[in-house]
Amino acid sequence: MPRELLDSEIERLQNEVLSLGEMVERSILEAVQSLKTRDFEASRRIISQDGAINEKRFSIENDTLVLIATQQPMASDLRLLASILEIISELERIADYAKGIAKINLLIGEKPLIKPLIDIPRMAQKAADMLHRALEAFVRKDVETARAIPKEDDEMDALYDQVYRELMTYVIANPANIEQANYLLWAAHNLERTADRVTNICERVIFTVTGEMRELDVSEDIRERWARQAGEKP
Amino acid sequence: MFRNQTLPPVDPLPEAYEPIVKIRNLSVWYGERQILGDINLDIPRNRITAIMGPSGCGKSTLIRCLNRMNDLIPGARIEGQVLFNDQNIYAPEVDVTELRRRIGMVFQKPNPFPKSIYENVAWGLRIRGFKGNLDEVVERALMQAALWDEVKDKLHTSALNLSGGQQQRLCIARALAVDPEVLLLDEPASALDPIATLKIEELLREISENYTIVIVTHNIQQAARISHYTAFIMWDENRIGRLVEWGPTRDIFTNPKNKCTEDYITGRFG
Repeated sequence: MPRELLDSEIERLQNEVLSLGEMVERSILEAVQSLKTRDFEASRRIISQDGAINEKRFSIENDTLVLIATQQPMASDLRLLASILEIISELERIADYAKGIAKINLLIGEKPLIKPLIDIPRMAQKAADMLHRALEAFVRKDVETARAIPKEDDEMDALYDQVYRELMTYVIANPANIEQANYLLWAAHNLERTADRVTNICERVIFTVTGEMRELDVSEDIRERWARQAGEKP
Repeated sequence: MFRNQTLPPVDPLPEAYEPIVKIRNLSVWYGERQILGDINLDIPRNRITAIMGPSGCGKSTLIRCLNRMNDLIPGARIEGQVLFNDQNIYAPEVDVTELRRRIGMVFQKPNPFPKSIYENVAWGLRIRGFKGNLDEVVERALMQAALWDEVKDKLHTSALNLSGGQQQRLCIARALAVDPEVLLLDEPASALDPIATLKIEELLREISENYTIVIVTHNIQQAARISHYTAFIMWDENRIGRLVEWGPTRDIFTNPKNKCTEDYITGRFG
């Protein structure tokens, strides 16, 4: 049935987005876990799994385009399908961040970590949790949750600052730590960016439900914050 | 005229399907004028195939060839083959009445008989001397046509009192009552309002699980919405209708292979 076909396909695509989201969420958590436990095998697995994530993203994109082309969705249906296209692209980028963290584990190689990882796994947990709730809000069309999640970004920024300061003390203590500190900061930065992309997903939830297309007020860019802290203009 | 010849294959599709009708090298003339040229097309079983194209390109002529409705037009002549379950329907031994039972047709304008709703549906069965439970068959056909709930309390009133959309669903019920394998529909919703059109589309999608449907439409969106496969017909420089492209609807409407198809579905001509 045309309308029924549209409804059932939309439901299927939403489930596919959730399933892609689960893959990406797992990737983030496992990538950081592999870095923490120095498990190279796990890191390699995450890197190779990125192909499956990309494939799923393309498949959802293709099916969404077919639905738009054949079923002529309008109004909220059209917004929802447009949002799916946007969200899957954000998910794919988050998966790339996870892959990046797995690569960092391999780049650090056999050298021991300069410090035990505490805050980076916390950041991963937080990012994965925000992502999970954002996708749930998308499927449930829950605008309130979508507006609330980006406010948690401050927590991510605070953790990032903490990681940054801590790593700087290791660098100051021993300049030989610079390379690894840089790698670890890179991992933390990927997680901070993940939270920013979750904010983009939340914007799409609001757009889907209300039609309102507006950037949510998230915390300032990290470079702006550093500049402000250093008393400079960004 | 039926010619014995080697049948060319149709273009391979990206997915497996079972053709119930195979059209091979089909050309059609009305008198001196050639309407269709060298059509090769498969109709997959239990799927909806939409035939789209601009007005006058020969779409209706094509589906009229599938149950020999063109035999009724003086001066109509064909070359090539139409194979239904691998039997050439233009072979001399073919019983045309039985062929039209197995390949039913619904026309653009609803054409109920000036009889009761019940008699309209029962008509095909009566003339075939049906001996079973007529009430049962009439009810089943009306249910399949998604009309039962609207007419069950007035089965013996005139079919002409129904709305246009209801009349068209009655015509579909009438075609389904004789248990066809293929249903041909020539612009079945073009005379209906959007709600009645949607009902017909929903109905077709539902019954396509059990019947093969071929629908002619100049409505591109309708072809996209309801069909599994789409064939695009366009006239050539001699005004002869040619099959430009056919394939799964999802491919035709997202990535047509032929520029002419692309221009048509994007509204650049037609």
